[in-house]
Amino acid sequence: MRRTTGLWLIVGFFGYCLLPWYMVGDGFLSFSWLSEFGAGDTAPAAFLATAQGRPWLAPAGLSLLATIPIVLANGASTRRAWALIAIAGTGLVMTMLQGFMIQHFPDFPFIAPFLSGAAQMQPGFGAGAAVTLIALLFMITTGVAYLGKGRADAFVVGLIGLIVALVGVFVFFPLSQVLVRAFELPDGSYALTEFVPRFFSSDIWSLKCLVGSGSCGPAVNSVLLATMTGTGTTLLGLAFALVFTRTFFPAKRLLRVLTVIPIITPPFVIGLALILLFGRSGAVTELVADLFGAEKTRWIYGFWGIYLAQMLSFTPIAFLVLIGVVEGVSPSMEEASQTLNADRWQTFRDVSLPLMRPGLANSFLLGFIESLADFGNPLVLGGNYNVLSTEIYFAIVGAVADPAKAAILAIALLSLTLGAFAIQRRWVGGKSYTTVTGKADSGQHADLSPAVKAACYGTALPWAVFTAIVYGMIIFGSFVKLWGYDNSFTLDHYIRAFSVDFTNGIRWTGVAWDSYFTTLSISTIAAPLTALVGLSTAYLLVRQNFAGKNAFEFGTMLSFAIPGTVIGVSYIMAFNVPPIELTGTGIILIIVFVFRNMPVGVRGGIAAMSQIDRSLDEASITLGANSFTTVRRVIAPLLGPAMLAALTYSFVRAITSVSAVIFLVSAQHNMATSFIVGRVENGEFGLAIAYSTVLIITMLSAILLLQLAIGRRRLRRRDRLQSPAPVRSRLPSLLPAGRTK
Amino acid sequence: MNFRLGASIAVLGLALSGQQALSADNLNVVCSNEQDWCDLMVNAFEGKTGIDVAMVRKSTGETLAQIRAEANNPKVDVWWGGTGDPHLIAAAEDLTQPSGVDTSELLGWAVNMAEITGGKTVGVHAGALGIAYNADVIAEKGLAPPACWKDLADPAYKGEIQVANPNSSGTAYTELATFVQLFGEDEAFRLLAEIGKNVNQYTKSGSAPSKAAARGETTISIGFMHDMVKLAKAGFPLKIVSPCEGTGYEVGGVSIIKGAKNVDAAKRWVDFVLSAEAQSRGPEVGTYNVPSNSRATVAPESPDLASIKLIDYDFATYGASDTRKRLLSRWDKEVKPTGN
Repeated sequence: MRRTTGLWLIVGFFGYCLLPWYMVGDGFLSFSWLSEFGAGDTAPAAFLATAQGRPWLAPAGLSLLATIPIVLANGASTRRAWALIAIAGTGLVMTMLQGFMIQHFPDFPFIAPFLSGAAQMQPGFGAGAAVTLIALLFMITTGVAYLGKGRADAFVVGLIGLIVALVGVFVFFPLSQVLVRAFELPDGSYALTEFVPRFFSSDIWSLKCLVGSGSCGPAVNSVLLATMTGTGTTLLGLAFALVFTRTFFPAKRLLRVLTVIPIITPPFVIGLALILLFGRSGAVTELVADLFGAEKTRWIYGFWGIYLAQMLSFTPIAFLVLIGVVEGVSPSMEEASQTLNADRWQTFRDVSLPLMRPGLANSFLLGFIESLADFGNPLVLGGNYNVLSTEIYFAIVGAVADPAKAAILAIALLSLTLGAFAIQRRWVGGKSYTTVTGKADSGQHADLSPAVKAACYGTALPWAVFTAIVYGMIIFGSFVKLWGYDNSFTLDHYIRAFSVDFTNGIRWTGVAWDSYFTTLSISTIAAPLTALVGLSTAYLLVRQNFAGKNAFEFGTMLSFAIPGTVIGVSYIMAFNVPPIELTGTGIILIIVFVFRNMPVGVRGGIAAMSQIDRSLDEASITLGANSFTTVRRVIAPLLGPAMLAALTYSFVRAITSVSAVIFLVSAQHNMATSFIVGRVENGEFGLAIAYSTVLIITMLSAILLLQLAIGRRRLRRRDRLQSPAPVRSRLPSLLPAGRTK
Repeated sequence: MNFRLGASIAVLGLALSGQQALSADNLNVVCSNEQDWCDLMVNAFEGKTGIDVAMVRKSTGETLAQIRAEANNPKVDVWWGGTGDPHLIAAAEDLTQPSGVDTSELLGWAVNMAEITGGKTVGVHAGALGIAYNADVIAEKGLAPPACWKDLADPAYKGEIQVANPNSSGTAYTELATFVQLFGEDEAFRLLAEIGKNVNQYTKSGSAPSKAAARGETTISIGFMHDMVKLAKAGFPLKIVSPCEGTGYEVGGVSIIKGAKNVDAAKRWVDFVLSAEAQSRGPEVGTYNVPSNSRATVAPESPDLASIKLIDYDFATYGASDTRKRLLSRWDKEVKPTGN
């Protein structure tokens, strides 16, 4: 306790005495605050609280001072731990409180006397405040750990504290700002009376389409669509995962690229490509009309169009979650089953498939939620099929803005997510899915039964061909004058977007460069942070037990389940004023990406981690490692695919997400998608598609690099497949499985 | 251990904290026009005044949602372009402030906009509402092109017309208000319901129908003529019709945000975008709406407002929120259910 607390004490003092407490106007990294150190608003809190007469900044410093005797005292006792929690807690709460009170209630009787005019304009928290508050937070968690909570493990308690604090500040706080509007009455006051009838209104939940008399409410439409998409993507993802891991399919690499590409496609592009193929004047429609004289219809606009686009967009996510899980199923189990005389189909049905349950459940949940929150595809292809996400968007930005309606719809959407989440939990249940045990695990994966194999090939390969055609269309579209109309070759779109002038050194003259560089740097920063937060959360959920774990788990899923539009607006409302003033910066974009995409890391991490036997952790702990070392040396290496999935996904989503970003981009930090959407709105499809193509290539190279860097985990000495003509030669297993280095 | 985790987060936090530039000679502009038009004006303004402009392009609906959410600490100084409706709403909600610029050179409809908002928003350009049809598809189907609003109710057009939903699109609301002003409220709703039988989709966005018509995804669209001109110029077989009964129009606005940090620069921006010199440059980047400065030169491709029968659009009445609510709820009851 002494060492850890001491360390955080030093960090705390560093933040409090040396770093500028408030946000610095021209950026922390300009270091202009160093040249005028201690003066004006760029001074550290120690100066502000004393020399500049802002006593409300003193509690943080005082609590740091007060913990010195605890750190210096020899030995540790429960009483000292309590004292540490109380002192650091007071400092933390007082500091947060002063920030909010001065901003929102400057006339509050306890505060007003301290404030003198100018001081009311307190800038937002900056580097110093962030460091000091984090230090105080970790001092509290260290104290809690010493009390024996979380198996007295400072790392685990610290991690829980950090994630709870982050989710609280960056998910609950902003969302509460929007959702509370659901209870707002037209006159600005709040009550439950309006909420209940509006929430259960038939405008949202109407079931008319099921009985064939009119259209269903958007909530019902959303559920139908999401269930279909979740099921479809999971099955297709499973087919792809099986083809990859259990067959000798020759062109696996090509297939891999094709499965990943849709996830890296900027929004609207898939929808546009589908319209050009299947729209009323689409290529396929024309062909079918010419060949069979079929009438050209607008069938793509509506349920089937959205469904097709979502299947294309979200199958890769299912695949990424499932491939790790399918790989992880132990061949020994399958061999045992075969030894007991089960045939290949029985083995697959009764052994392999049930072991994949957490993966299937998580991939369904992701597909379901993604479909609910998807905004671009319904917008382009929705026709008259209304879903919640677009309704919410237009309740916020439409001709008649109705924040209460948006909030109510958002709550409806959230309750759907909550329902799916609960069902998923029940289905997975409390069974054990552990197959990576650390025990000698050799053997061959059972070959797929002919029927399963045929089903996998029969679905995966046509789908891959279809994907290839759609992407062929897109690339083609970037090289022609007017996509779908004037198909003469041109490079104009690329030249306009990405021209470079070399006459006077390098000048990036293309119109797209600015947003391209911003997008890349922001997503490069966001991706590892997302993976880190997501997998840490998964580790806590799978490996640790603590009070309120279920609520914690749901909290981490919240931001994912809410449409980006709501997140975007909630972030402006929450982070536009001090004490946490982030609008207009690059940080707000990074934060929104981290907390929006983290759930994928969490789901993937949970699926992968439930396969890894706890005895591996226990062995490591028994051998004297602490839990941090265990995570680093034992668990992380076994999480390769999950880590890859989380990194890939968060990197890509940071580049391709639209709805959340559109409100948060600013002149200095404009993102590629917001640029592309503007061009699409303006009818400049060529430019938009050329830009998208460059983004796709960028992301693809990044993913390949990531795969190279992370490499494959080695679960067994060799991942072998039972060859179609079984060769029974088996090497005795000399090394334990797991990481064999 | 957890020190490292925390520290790395803290360091990243530091690295990215605050990069806003809010010094004296700066201006934050949200532009709701086409990107190229935005870029051109920013460059011209910077060259002329030496003020550093940070500009981002967002649609009017998104901009309005953003300045509402930012009302207690605005980050935007001036909002330029896009349909006038959201500018009027912003003025009515007291989100913008009077700019006090000289409007003597401006055309009547632009001055009118300033008058009904107490100077908070001034008209910068106008666009008339029209009908467009895809010449290829109409020939293939052997249909007669429409000439009037009333023609659209012809059962021959069943499933061929696309128009936006006025609940989400300002364009479609302008159409609804135009019908009410042209035909009287009851007759307007009767006609809209008739036309509704021919509508294949009520789109969310106002410019979507004309884009669909350009690609032959629908045969006929209703929308703003300048959007249609742009698509026709790009090469699509789109023909534009100015309805025989007359038509309504929108006026795009420019507004200074209340609480803007750079008011003086914002005023210079408003002055600049209202000047004949700036407004004459639209056609350079393919902007075909009609400029508000009477001395600005107009592109030959621009819809000539003089040759279009424009109604005397009553912005004060139809921009008011109670009229809007009443018309929209009536539309939901009487028109929406007739669509397919």
